[in-house]
Amino acid sequence: MTAIETASLVKTFGSTRALDGVDLSIREGSVYGILGPNGAGKTTAIRVLTTLLKPTSGRALVLGHDVAREPAAVRRKVSLTGQYASVDEDLTGHENLVLLSRLMGLARSDAKQRATELLDAFGLSDAAGKLVRTYSGGMRRRIDIAASLVTRPEILFLDEPTTGLDPRSRNQVWDLVRRIAAAGTTVLLTTQNLEEADRLAERLAVIDHGRVIAEGTSRDLKASVGSNTLHFHLRDPEQRAQAGALIEATPGGGLLPATDPAAFSIKVADAQVAAELLGALSRAGVQVTDFSLGSPSLDDVFFALTGRPAEAAQAGDDKPDKAKPSGARVGRGPTDDNAAKESAA
Amino acid sequence: MSADLIPGGRDALVLRERAQPISGWAATATLAWRAMLKIKHVPFQLFDVTITPIMFTLLFTYMFGGALAGSPKVYIQFLLPGILVQTILFITVYTGVGLNTDIQKGLFDRFRSLPIWQPAPILGALAGDVFRYSVASTLIVVLGSILGFRPAGGIVGVLLAFGLVLIFAFAVSWIWIIFGMKVKTPESVMTTSFLFLMPLTFASNIFVGLETMPAWLQTVVRHNPVTHLTNATRGLMHGVPVGGEVLWVLSAAAVIVLVASPIALRLYHQER
Repeated sequence: MTAIETASLVKTFGSTRALDGVDLSIREGSVYGILGPNGAGKTTAIRVLTTLLKPTSGRALVLGHDVAREPAAVRRKVSLTGQYASVDEDLTGHENLVLLSRLMGLARSDAKQRATELLDAFGLSDAAGKLVRTYSGGMRRRIDIAASLVTRPEILFLDEPTTGLDPRSRNQVWDLVRRIAAAGTTVLLTTQNLEEADRLAERLAVIDHGRVIAEGTSRDLKASVGSNTLHFHLRDPEQRAQAGALIEATPGGGLLPATDPAAFSIKVADAQVAAELLGALSRAGVQVTDFSLGSPSLDDVFFALTGRPAEAAQAGDDKPDKAKPSGARVGRGPTDDNAAKESAA
Repeated sequence: MSADLIPGGRDALVLRERAQPISGWAATATLAWRAMLKIKHVPFQLFDVTITPIMFTLLFTYMFGGALAGSPKVYIQFLLPGILVQTILFITVYTGVGLNTDIQKGLFDRFRSLPIWQPAPILGALAGDVFRYSVASTLIVVLGSILGFRPAGGIVGVLLAFGLVLIFAFAVSWIWIIFGMKVKTPESVMTTSFLFLMPLTFASNIFVGLETMPAWLQTVVRHNPVTHLTNATRGLMHGVPVGGEVLWVLSAAAVIVLVASPIALRLYHQER
């Protein structure tokens, strides 16, 4: 069955078209990713689907209910963990979860028990009695997500669940998302990070300026980019010219700019081309100290789809007046992370 | 994470199916409980708003009391009901400030996405505020009696006065709720509302009687709602009949609520 179905969904703020005709069809029981840079319309999409915003035109059905006409029915079935703190900082973790459990209709004793269970499951038992304002970023994110799970939602919306988190906290959130999905909840998450979408989401939509510019599995998307990035360092920077000549001779080898004279980043069609190039370098006596092959980043996907880099698009949507949490990465992260892993292997 | 499973081997993430939605009253009561917890954890909220009136009471009673009324003891009988009015009106601003903070932090998005009666978060916060007004009122009257305040209307008069001030404060809170939803930061809620409150409380008969002012100012002050509230509060506390003023204040409160609350609720539903 279809969990979410939108047709020509439009949301305008003044003259800004935050959503400019979005068509999505999301299967029940899956993890679906919406990928895009800042200001692409990801948050607006989530806010429309969770009834916080009314669509300007078009239609959005959530579990068969029209978000504009039956918002109460939608709210009964979904949970939202927004991009910003969605629990009360002046309350303890336990009190926050009791509060939400009570609001979701659990009796007092059940609510207390449920709060304790969730704190255990999210590794927050030690901080149960502490005010949320004293929590670290990763703990905040976990309590935010826990607050959405006091009762089981049919669809869980997560708006940039890992933005600004350190790698360890990010892994914890990924693990939680997988478990939530395994428990049968449909998860719709937004992210700026291709690796995150790749690891978690069965399918994803890339959005830009309020439009879906690509939709499919992450394999499809990467294939559409049609290239990987090979990084390597020369032992002797003096050999740069010699290496450059070999790269030019490589089919489809596009040299990317680098500031370090010993460093190279090259677009290659596939791993085979990379292996051949490295072989050629070795035969020519050009020694490399290390190399890695990275999969395409959001930047690459964007560039391939739009012909321009994924800069933070126009301001004017995605909650313009609220400060973004730090660490908003556009694309760079995944390439480097993959690169590190592959060079280690 | 190691503690994946709870005893019994079930994953805590799947344990609870959705329960029945709760009633509007239950949701409001639960959110009022939240407001109480906040007072418990951040008692400074209360401290902050009671320090000013304590200072005002002490300062005016002892510094100006002799000059204004012959002696501090005589003056405090006149001043204290007015200080109560001023303090509570100032505290009402925190309703708007708290609401704005919740909106800016994203907490209201969560509340608005819950299957609960939509006005509950606002009414719950208001209930907490009314509790806060009561605590502050009690503090002021206790301090006053230590300094020699002796209300002729007795405890009944004082309680009636409390009731009246709370009703008016509840009404005024709705105005700050509108502010709280319209402006960008909690600080600007504070600044804007004090812009209104300062002249309203000072151009009134809280500190000095109407008859001491020039005629043109008397006209202004006489029409100030704060003057009506102060007259009524003073009268109730000292057992002087002020039925007309009480009626005026109650009608004004009713008008404010009737006009401001629908606007506030509409703004709440409006998207941000």
